[in-house]
Amino acid sequence: MKEATKDTCISLILLAVAMSAIAGLAVIAAFIFREGLPIMFKVGVREFLFSSAWYPGEGRFGIFPMIIGSLAVTVGAMLIGGILGLGCAIVLTQFCPRRLADFLKPSIELLAGIPSVVYGFIGVVILVPLIAEYLGGPGLSVLASSVVLGVMVLPTVTSISIDAIQAVPRAYREGSIALGATQWQTTHMVILKAAWSGIIAAIILGMGRAVGETMAVIMVAGNTLDLPHSILDPVRTLTSNIALEMGYAAGDHRKALFATGVTLFVIIMALNILALMVSRRRARRVGA
Amino acid sequence: MRLSPCVTQRIAVTILWALAATTIAVLLFIVAFILTRGMPHLTLEFLTQSPRSMGREGGVLPMIVGTLWVAGLAVMIAAPVGVITAIYLTEYTREGRLTDVIRFGADCLAGIPSIIFGLFGFVFFVITLGMGFSVVSGALTLALMVLPTIIRTSEEAIRAVPRSYRDVSYGLGASRWDMVTKVVVRSALPGIGTGIVLSIGRCFSETAAVMLTAGSALRMPTSAFESTRTLALHFYILAREGISMPKAYATASVLILAILAINLCAYWVMRRFVAKVR
Amino acid sequence: MGETGNNEIEARARQLMEAMVAGQPAAPSVRPKMVVDRFTASFGGAESLKNISLTINPRERLAIIGPAGGGKTTFLRSLNRLNDLEPGFSHVGRILLDGRDIYGPDVDVPALRRQLGMVYAVPAPLPWSIYENLIFGPQLKGAKGRDRLDEIVETALRGAFLWDEVKDRLKMNATDLSGGQQQRLCLARVLALEPEVLLLDEPCSGLDPVATAKIEDAMANLKAKYPVVLVTNNTKQAARASDRTAFFLMGELIEIGPTRALFTNPVHGRTSDYITGNFG
Repeated sequence: MKEATKDTCISLILLAVAMSAIAGLAVIAAFIFREGLPIMFKVGVREFLFSSAWYPGEGRFGIFPMIIGSLAVTVGAMLIGGILGLGCAIVLTQFCPRRLADFLKPSIELLAGIPSVVYGFIGVVILVPLIAEYLGGPGLSVLASSVVLGVMVLPTVTSISIDAIQAVPRAYREGSIALGATQWQTTHMVILKAAWSGIIAAIILGMGRAVGETMAVIMVAGNTLDLPHSILDPVRTLTSNIALEMGYAAGDHRKALFATGVTLFVIIMALNILALMVSRRRARRVGA
Repeated sequence: MRLSPCVTQRIAVTILWALAATTIAVLLFIVAFILTRGMPHLTLEFLTQSPRSMGREGGVLPMIVGTLWVAGLAVMIAAPVGVITAIYLTEYTREGRLTDVIRFGADCLAGIPSIIFGLFGFVFFVITLGMGFSVVSGALTLALMVLPTIIRTSEEAIRAVPRSYRDVSYGLGASRWDMVTKVVVRSALPGIGTGIVLSIGRCFSETAAVMLTAGSALRMPTSAFESTRTLALHFYILAREGISMPKAYATASVLILAILAINLCAYWVMRRFVAKVR
Repeated sequence: MGETGNNEIEARARQLMEAMVAGQPAAPSVRPKMVVDRFTASFGGAESLKNISLTINPRERLAIIGPAGGGKTTFLRSLNRLNDLEPGFSHVGRILLDGRDIYGPDVDVPALRRQLGMVYAVPAPLPWSIYENLIFGPQLKGAKGRDRLDEIVETALRGAFLWDEVKDRLKMNATDLSGGQQQRLCLARVLALEPEVLLLDEPCSGLDPVATAKIEDAMANLKAKYPVVLVTNNTKQAARASDRTAFFLMGELIEIGPTRALFTNPVHGRTSDYITGNFG
């Protein structure tokens, strides 16, 4: 019995440690909500989420422009990052000679380690003047943010898409080629269809990253408080709002920033759960 | 207009290759851009001196020290917790409600944006626990951030260990803990190590979270309870406030080179040791 | 066994004599090493072993034959309680080792598993050096000191007939050995624990005839010290390399007896069907 009790003891200790991840999540959620929810109700949830008036000095907190800002920038980022990333994934898995792919895949992941602030910086120094000169507007814009974010989520989308595509059974590909389909036909008619939910999961996860990105966006978005009307208009996202004002906010203002955090948290959680559901459904179907 | 499949294939392949090439080109361009402008200013003095007049002159030594300290401490906290969680999930329970809950926690934690971690760290560590802007606050916050990554990579590494090792160990009279530590974890060590090394890289690039927890003091930190400024944050401040472009490029170069070195190290370890285990 | 020419015939004759002598049941005054007493094993309610009763005597090699799925491996794994690790395992009945029930309440299971050393069908060296593979078990038991460990390693390798081949290469990675050598290493690994019974689960299934012969030689040599329980799919191997044979079919023990007798004159129809290859 001695061995069994020792094993049980160790089991319990390990369990306690293993609960740390979910404990951490709970504590984080608790504190953010504790700080942010009261002000949301004080100002009124409707007013908070849908008013365009952000005047901390007068106690008016409406984050609608930031929500739209985050949305616009994310959609743009996913269009760019999604298309480029998926294209990369397809090339690397289907059309690239093996040795080149073995070199390129880790290289892309390596480059994923570049800090976000560097991406933002390059955006400011190169992209923003380009946009200002050739497309008009101040350059600091939705477009600039989308491009920068799109490039940032590229490695994520690429590597998860690669995993999804590689999970498709070889038999599908071989069956299609045996029926006389060209490689491209096989790719878009058979393999992509099979890998579709994995790719969607990759895109949703990429979206989560894009919505949550802060520093790079601050540098290229312009950060004005108005609603953007075109992609060349400057914009402020939910994340930028927090990062820009947290340094000097106090009292209700600070609490309102936490409330912005609550909004962000809810959006991200929704995206995460969506991604998890999509990949679970795929796992069940493929029989993993 | 109906094109033949061969033509469609050619068009598609061309477009795809163009996309892929664009991706790679962009990423390479970014690295080249920073390095060409930063390397000339990356001198020995830069690496060994403290900054003067807000960073316009001098070097980044306190930032290097601060970054290493915060990242190192964060990983020292997160690694044991993460590996133990992975061990528990793979060896000590069966799949079920409990493992689902733990994994859900880790997955959600992974998706939380760094600014939220920053907010949390600010409220919890800096204010409620009274640690103030400090290395410790930053490290604890970053530890939470990299925890899911370590759990995930460790789990994968442990799962990759062949089942026969466990049978053999039990057959030779090992207890479960013996089997796990002396055989399974030992074999999974390269994979686990890679995850840890990659987490260090992640800590290096983090800005939003450290801004609100470790602060942005320019002095050299002499204790873990003092505020410090990481390299990434220093770069952000130099660039955004327009303090000094050459210094900014140089700081970014240090960062990029350090992160590339870390990632290369991780890949080298994986290649060299994982192949042998198989 | 490197005999040539005339000596070969002499050696053969000697072999046959020894086999005949060994085929006789152990003298009744010798106490059995292990007694399996009406043992039934179930996984999640479904019975894999039904009411098995047999003895394992010292200095004998007991072969267990039968078609796949008959419960042979389950039986073996019940002897060293490896089945405890499978979800839903339950049992009825006793298995006695030196008179004590191994499923009793106070049994130290890891220690038990060291007393019943098992070798698996697929050679499974741990990804370390030969030396480290061999000292793993003894170190768990508490063996220390370079001299003591060296001694254990040499004795074990000699017992598995592997010493001469690897004595200069003990630091070599065990996975670089050939299949037959790996399997002998697994045998040596078990011997290093100084067990009391050897359990071999189809140890030669992946090996060529030369490697198989070496393992069978080692077994013949070892039976003087430990009883050997050998599960095998190869009836010819059972016929030449064991003293008694047991025939399992669908979880039941159909017949057990001296090998020669069982193979030449089986009692049950199903035994003879299996042996002659009519099924399975």
